[in-house]
Amino acid sequence: MKQIKRRDFIKIAGATAAVSAIGFPGIAAAAGKKQVVIVGGGTGGATAAKYIRRADPSVEVTLIEPNEHYYTCYLSNEVLSGARSMDSIRFGYDGLRKHGVTVVHDMATGIDAKAKKVTTKGGKSFSYDRCIVAPGISFKDNIAGYDMAAHEVMPHAWKAGPQTALLRKQLEAMPDGGTVLIAPPPNPFRCPPGPYERACQISIYLQANKPKSKVLILDAKDKFSKMGLFKQAFERHHKGTIEWVAAKDTGGGIKSVDAKAGTATTGSGDVHKAAVTNIIPAQQAGAIAITAGLTNETGWCPVDHKTSESTIHKGIHVIGDAAIQKPLPKSGYAANSEAKVTAAAVVELVNGREPGTPSWVNTCYSIVAPNDGISVAMVYNFVDGKVAKVKGSGGLTSKDSSPADRAREVQYAYSWFNNITNDAFGG
Amino acid sequence: MPAKKSLAMLLSSILMLGSTQLMAAPSASMLADTCAGCHGTDGSSIGPAIPNIAGMSAEYFNTVMKEYAEDERASTIMGRIARGYTKEEIASMADHFAGLQYKSTNQKLDAKKVAMGGDLYQKNCGKCHDENGALADDDSGILASQWLPYLQYSMEDFQAGSRAMPKKMKKKVSKLSADEIDALLQFFASQK
Repeated sequence: MKQIKRRDFIKIAGATAAVSAIGFPGIAAAAGKKQVVIVGGGTGGATAAKYIRRADPSVEVTLIEPNEHYYTCYLSNEVLSGARSMDSIRFGYDGLRKHGVTVVHDMATGIDAKAKKVTTKGGKSFSYDRCIVAPGISFKDNIAGYDMAAHEVMPHAWKAGPQTALLRKQLEAMPDGGTVLIAPPPNPFRCPPGPYERACQISIYLQANKPKSKVLILDAKDKFSKMGLFKQAFERHHKGTIEWVAAKDTGGGIKSVDAKAGTATTGSGDVHKAAVTNIIPAQQAGAIAITAGLTNETGWCPVDHKTSESTIHKGIHVIGDAAIQKPLPKSGYAANSEAKVTAAAVVELVNGREPGTPSWVNTCYSIVAPNDGISVAMVYNFVDGKVAKVKGSGGLTSKDSSPADRAREVQYAYSWFNNITNDAFGG
Repeated sequence: MPAKKSLAMLLSSILMLGSTQLMAAPSASMLADTCAGCHGTDGSSIGPAIPNIAGMSAEYFNTVMKEYAEDERASTIMGRIARGYTKEEIASMADHFAGLQYKSTNQKLDAKKVAMGGDLYQKNCGKCHDENGALADDDSGILASQWLPYLQYSMEDFQAGSRAMPKKMKKKVSKLSADEIDALLQFFASQK
């Protein structure tokens, strides 16, 4: 009775709501075995896979991910300072297998929204009732000369893994007195505080091992995430080591590189030959999202925030960095939170029921010195068909917070890491 | 309530209220699952600075969240989070976590201190935190097997006055040395 009543009421309430509500029963009727295919095994994809199986073990979940291990971007900056090993940020998929997820190590190369099929590089095809795409990011060509070969000379390290190890190796090899150039990207991009935490972590390494060296940040922006707190940290812990330069003072930051010559050139024509150059290009949704036609003119994927279903292709949900979920940031925690909202919605949809009201949280830590952690947090609810910040909630670590609290925030960051990675990948 | 009448009421509320009010509240699991990124899946933390919240008393959960939201209880981040929820949403999460299984932790502890803490517990804490702190009391979190670093932070806050202690506890705590407090916390952490 309850469902019929609600549906009747939705029909009367509004045309948009009615369209999606009427869509459910047909899909449920068509489904024998309920099949969900997830493309991408990062934090978002892994969390979605696990939480669907937790909510409804009758749903068959297949996760398609080319790599046998995932390296978290969060806390990968600590690998650069030497505080953390590559092993500590590496996660496999056995935990998901324990939840009954079928993990396929292959690369998704196409998604046919009409036929409801995902095809792979390995020549396989996977049918789905609902598909969840969690492809992370890909890079735009905003920096001339920054081709694939240049990635190996001037690592971005913005997809953690071999790139992180390469950047660390370059830091170890550089002479004392050299400069590390960091070129952060324009908005929007994965992990907005990341480049500045990276500067702090590299500075920690340099101060301990190569004290005459410097970190020069030539930004593509005039302001950035947690800016007041980072500037405080630069002054407090990294004075004389980190220098940040706004886009307006360099003609927009680094515009081109010559990997062979080892140079990077700003918009105003200044040529920098640093000992280590870390180029973080402008970003867009991961390649498969673009191939599948899930992106709009921004390069990111528009979605219905209630279910993360693409507003371009029905039956496909996009989560994590690739999706437009603003004001949720492109963070690991947001991906984990979006994944749970989407898992719950997908379980309802494949069972022919109406998805419930979503709720999200973001919590993001940056470690700016060995005993100084800062954070930003926010609770989000669903208002007028969109994700919205709950007024009065969230915000930043206070600039005036005590050294004891800052030290605790570092420990909270480490515990956060244990829990979020276990929530996503654990058995 | 007859279906027709409730439908009529819903329709009249459409005319009076915006779509925000029309949305049902998020389910308890929808709300509670957002906590897992920090507090662990189903409230069982594997990060020693962050407490297990599975199985805790619903009443205590409600009290603590209210105190965080109103800055009556010290926090780095929980005040910011607690202010994001209505009283009803917090109550819904409280019931959810109260129904979850509290999982024991495995921690490296100092056996001598644990033994010393056991004696001190009997003399000082056992009357209120009975069963070695294993109960989900309405005025305390579960202490047994809780993470030691979290217990240490809590005691630091109690002693600094940034978190309120009941009178009886204040009296007891004020008479204990730093070593004795440490031993007590190790005792609680050691419980299974």
